Amino acid sequence: MTALAHEPAQITTETTAATEDTTVVDLAQSSVRDLNQALHDPASTSTEWLVRHPAGKHNIAVGIDRALTMTVEGNVGYFFAGMHKSADITVTGNAGQGLAENIMSGRVHVKGDASQAVAATGHGGLVVVDGNASARCGISMKGVDIVVGGNVGHMSAFMAQAGRLVVCGDAGDSLGDSLYETRIYVKGTVKSLGADCVEKEMHEEHLAELAQLLAAAGRDEDPAAFRRYGSARTLYHFHADNSAAY
Amino acid sequence: MTVTDLPTTAPSPAAATAAQLGLRESATFDRATIADIQHAAATGVYDIRGWGAKRRVPHFDDLLFLGASMSRYPLEGYRERCDTDVVLGDRHASKPLHLDIPVTIAGMSFGALSANAKEALGAGASAVGTSTTTGDGGMTPEERGHSKTLVYQYLPSRYGMNPDDLRQADAIEVVLGQGAKPGGGGMLLGQKITERVAAMRTLPVGIDQRSACRHPDWTGPDDLEIKIAELRELTNWEKPIYIKVGASRPYYDTALAVKAGADVVVVDGMQGGTAATQQVFIENVGIPTLAAIPEAVRALQELGLHRKVQLIVSGGIRTGADVAKAMALGADAVAIGTAALIALGDNSPKYQAEYAALGSAAGYYDDFQDGRDPAGISTQDPELSARLDPVEGGRRIANYLRVLTMEAQTIARACGKSNLRHLEPEDLVALTVEAAAMAKVPLAGTTWIPGTFQ
Repeated sequence: MTALAHEPAQITTETTAATEDTTVVDLAQSSVRDLNQALHDPASTSTEWLVRHPAGKHNIAVGIDRALTMTVEGNVGYFFAGMHKSADITVTGNAGQGLAENIMSGRVHVKGDASQAVAATGHGGLVVVDGNASARCGISMKGVDIVVGGNVGHMSAFMAQAGRLVVCGDAGDSLGDSLYETRIYVKGTVKSLGADCVEKEMHEEHLAELAQLLAAAGRDEDPAAFRRYGSARTLYHFHADNSAAY
Repeated sequence: MTVTDLPTTAPSPAAATAAQLGLRESATFDRATIADIQHAAATGVYDIRGWGAKRRVPHFDDLLFLGASMSRYPLEGYRERCDTDVVLGDRHASKPLHLDIPVTIAGMSFGALSANAKEALGAGASAVGTSTTTGDGGMTPEERGHSKTLVYQYLPSRYGMNPDDLRQADAIEVVLGQGAKPGGGGMLLGQKITERVAAMRTLPVGIDQRSACRHPDWTGPDDLEIKIAELRELTNWEKPIYIKVGASRPYYDTALAVKAGADVVVVDGMQGGTAATQQVFIENVGIPTLAAIPEAVRALQELGLHRKVQLIVSGGIRTGADVAKAMALGADAVAIGTAALIALGDNSPKYQAEYAALGSAAGYYDDFQDGRDPAGISTQDPELSARLDPVEGGRRIANYLRVLTMEAQTIARACGKSNLRHLEPEDLVALTVEAAAMAKVPLAGTTWIPGTFQ
């Protein structure tokens, strides 16, 4: 185990079962501010991080901007890994609202459930939720890929612009409302489709990209068991006949 | 909007003839209203336009300053100092802004405006030591380069939102709304969604963009407090965080913005401009700038944070007198949008023939959504954009900002103030009962402030 290169006094590093090169931060001892400052420190070279006792605190691991691997043991609060870049993060528990919001790249994996607005406005990277995700999963997504092992709540992929949303369980009401170019794959039932969202045929290229996404998320579902949904593109231009949809 | 909206108050030869013929126009169904109804019936689409509220509302014109005389000393113009600088964001941020003048450039996007217009705004503002602001659509590298002090707008759509841009901004403005449309999201019609604009916003080229009106990952002031903490974590507590609201319930909105952790509150009145919004929205939602300032100030004062959380006011600022009046009512700084575009050449009479060809006229043109602006400002057309020389435009913006500042100083010195922020409500009276009630200053020549009991 190595100490932080510029170690804030409050960060507690300890001897653990973790490997020699792992930086361990115990949030029962250190503040979220100290953790984030250490993660942002350009002089830091540590590439293995272990965070203990997150206790549902908000804004943990916001703004990471380099390649590293992190495991968080427990539950995290709002905006975990917000505006994330490059790093590969695993949370063993559940995640609060706005998980990995506006993620740019890298990977964020939550083994439990996630609250509302998973990967909202995400521009890239991969977000995996093994459990269920709540309402507005993938709202306004702009290129991120999201794979949810369980169900997603209502208004998921609302105004989603780009990227792929994969739901291995069921989807709630108004899936894909006012969708742009995001592609949605759902294995279970869809309670209702939102305005301008329609089911589309699965072609070879869709089965291939879905297989790739499932594999990247470490899942073994059969791509052929999913249905595909996308934008009917009828709301792309203002038109009097669409007034009911506005 | 079409030329049928020309006002009827100034008698034209045609109106004189109509009067001589004994014809009477309805005040309720005037010609602009008739044109609107007929347009709606013909197209089935509501009118979308730029600019802010055009209706007459109580405004800074309805206030006057009480110059110094027997009981107060004026300061010598041109000799005695009248400071204009302002620090924004020193409540929580380790790197607050220090602007030389209290007039900033409001948020206007690349997309809504041409690249040359954005460059001119950045160059002009930087020349006089003030800030510019991005808009819906993200930060362009050019914009960062041209603006010495750049405020990054964090909007519901999050188009082009990139943590790298947040980190290289000088301040972050969380936008909840704007005065032209409190409760409404952005709009950018297909004519202006060029390949570059579309790529920045991750949208298909040429579609009619309808931006979100609510932020996607938080709801209400308690969530916003956590969101602001996230933005501070991302930027290591260096950058000032503003919250911008459209003026509707400024007392509560300001108090809640402070509670959510804002360093600066921006209140935009209904005269504040937009690049594209439904006319019904612009003219019927929100309250005048004049009515909003005292309520925002009251919230700050009750919290003991007036001057500690700074207040920026926008919506209908045109002259140094407007700057001085907003500051006398308690603002720490103002922002200009429409006036800056006019300084760049918007609605200039020199384009009269071209405005006429578009069915408008110099002084009336508001079809910013169309992308056919003859002045090369609210357009993405390369030929039209090329008409605006960014160097000359920057010079014009700097000139205008200097005039606003010197005019405000002229008034402040006359009131005996050595700093623009020493102006106070006591320096003001109102010309109308309405303005007196809204601004909470006496009707001129009386001690009466409507709504107070003495």
